[in-house]
Amino acid sequence: MTDQIFHDSDADRTFRAKRFSGRFFIYGILILWAIVALFPIYWTITTSFKMAPDVMKGNIIPYWDYTPKWLGWRSLGLSPDTIGNESTVRAEFLKRFWNSAIIAVSASVLAVGLGSCAAYGLSRFNYKFGFMRNSDISFFFLSQLILPPVVLALPFLVLYKALGMLDTRVGLILLYALTVLPIVIWIMRDQFGSIPSELEEAALVDGLSIWGAFLTIILPIALPGMVAAFILSLVLTWNEYFFAALLTSSHAKTLPVMVASQTGSQGISWWSMAALSFAAILPLVIIGIALERYIIKGMAAGAVK
Amino acid sequence: MNTEGDLLHVVTADNISDQRRRFGQSIVWGSAALMLFVAALQTADQNGLVGIGFETWRPTLYAYILWAICLCAGQVIARGEHGKRTLFVLPATLFVVSMVVFPLLFGLVIAFSDWNLASPNGRQFNGWENVRQMWTDPFYWNAMRNMVWYSLAIIVEYAIAFGLALLLNAQIKGRKFFRVAFLLPLMLSPVAVSWMIGKSMLENRFGPIARMLREMGVDNPSFFSSPEIARLMIMLMDAWTYIPFMMIMILAGLQAIPKELHEAAEVDGASAWTRFWEVTFPLMLPVSITAILIRIIFKLKLADIIINVTSGGPGGATDSVTSFIFREYRDRSNVGYGTMLAMFYLVVIVIAMTILIKAADRWMRPRY
Repeated sequence: MTDQIFHDSDADRTFRAKRFSGRFFIYGILILWAIVALFPIYWTITTSFKMAPDVMKGNIIPYWDYTPKWLGWRSLGLSPDTIGNESTVRAEFLKRFWNSAIIAVSASVLAVGLGSCAAYGLSRFNYKFGFMRNSDISFFFLSQLILPPVVLALPFLVLYKALGMLDTRVGLILLYALTVLPIVIWIMRDQFGSIPSELEEAALVDGLSIWGAFLTIILPIALPGMVAAFILSLVLTWNEYFFAALLTSSHAKTLPVMVASQTGSQGISWWSMAALSFAAILPLVIIGIALERYIIKGMAAGAVK
Repeated sequence: MNTEGDLLHVVTADNISDQRRRFGQSIVWGSAALMLFVAALQTADQNGLVGIGFETWRPTLYAYILWAICLCAGQVIARGEHGKRTLFVLPATLFVVSMVVFPLLFGLVIAFSDWNLASPNGRQFNGWENVRQMWTDPFYWNAMRNMVWYSLAIIVEYAIAFGLALLLNAQIKGRKFFRVAFLLPLMLSPVAVSWMIGKSMLENRFGPIARMLREMGVDNPSFFSSPEIARLMIMLMDAWTYIPFMMIMILAGLQAIPKELHEAAEVDGASAWTRFWEVTFPLMLPVSITAILIRIIFKLKLADIIINVTSGGPGGATDSVTSFIFREYRDRSNVGYGTMLAMFYLVVIVIAMTILIKAADRWMRPRY
């Protein structure tokens, strides 16, 4: 071993120390916020496996300070020993789950379908509906975002009553599609704007109709944007509570309404509420982890011009 | 986006015969006449002029849908290629008009009436009575004031979101993990959040946060008994769900800033602090304003958490306008008064947002 010839100067060493402490600081905050963001989810999962004494004692870490039990899931009829048996709670839960799924998916499909067409039209052609020009039409669509749901809620209550559409899935699907439509149009307008119109020109010259060009050439290119818009709509419609609470009573009730109606009645039997809450958020947690890329893409679409 | 002329020109020459054009126009007008006829028939039936005995207004709805379909088809039949282009926007426009404009006009009628859905009297026109009642309703104005507080909380949310976005944009390991972890709260339904946090974690006796505070020496931690703390808790829960939203928008903006700008500033000897305030922040201004405006729009709809955690209490201290109207309807099922409150809220929002957007526009313009 010979002596090292080249040394870092003192100035460099302080720099490195500073850099190290900076790293430490950054990771500290990141981890802290990750805990803030994840702890409620962790809390819900673990609580669903607790029993009354565990809740009272405030045990947090499974296997270390308490033994997990299937109590919460048994009350939902979803634990291993009750999954084969008949369970009214489970039937109810699955019905609500199914309602939520159907309503969220159909509303998102409807909104993405209508919104993509409108966004494409607005990005390619000039319209004149009376005094409305393209920018007015775009503004008309986007301004729906400002409309608070409460303004529409009561008129819709009365209208749906007159139409016999209270407590039907179709009624909720239409309303939900309306609420997410401006977001879809916003994302998709951005998408189509970034696709060069030479593509369709070539297709038109080759004899495709404009709808043919749209469906076979433009849509496949814009698919990632559509997926982003779809996922974002799905998240918003799956979680919607306000309209569902007002407009449904028994048949078309969605999962959030069921969760909300259980909160008051359960008292301290947290394990069953935790199981129910966790089952309600699970689909979106999975979507969030698996399709995070698309969600971020969708939300970023409007931000950067 | 361009506004002069179509980006795509019509290249097909379609010869539309007079007969085809007439057919297209006739189905539009024919179905419109049918719709008016059905609507008139139902109105007459409702008022007891003819005795058909419709149970619901569905026939009118079906006639309307038929007319909408005929209108779309008529465009293509009567105008060929140009009609096909209109067909892109027409369905969405019809959908929004029938779902928004019509209910809004209908809502205006309801707003000026006393209509208790539970009572058999039906709708009674009562002129300005609802406005007078609203003017003297202390709980409504209290809810409005709360909305101002809730909206002001966005400034803090924005600062936190900006900080997190900066950290995520730095050279870090495991960025994907942190991004997913930070995003997750946004995916959760507010109803579930209100149980997970509001009802269990913030529970006074057994909740982990109360326990932690007791360890730290707070005697009787209670979160929803004093108005200020209750409001703060609602703000925190709402912030927890929506900070990721702003964070992601800001992150997207940060990633769009060219690296060269930072390098140039660094070479010129700017410290990290100056670099942020002189380069990053001004460049992020447009994105920030978009993010804040959208966040305000979302904030104005805030209700789910309040309805489920405090239902407005204590004494209306946490009420948002939406949750107040929701309870007003639930308790008294008076559609007329609730609609008037909502309509007034809409007017206030539209005015406030217009001023905000104009101000933001003016404030940003001189810089560029």
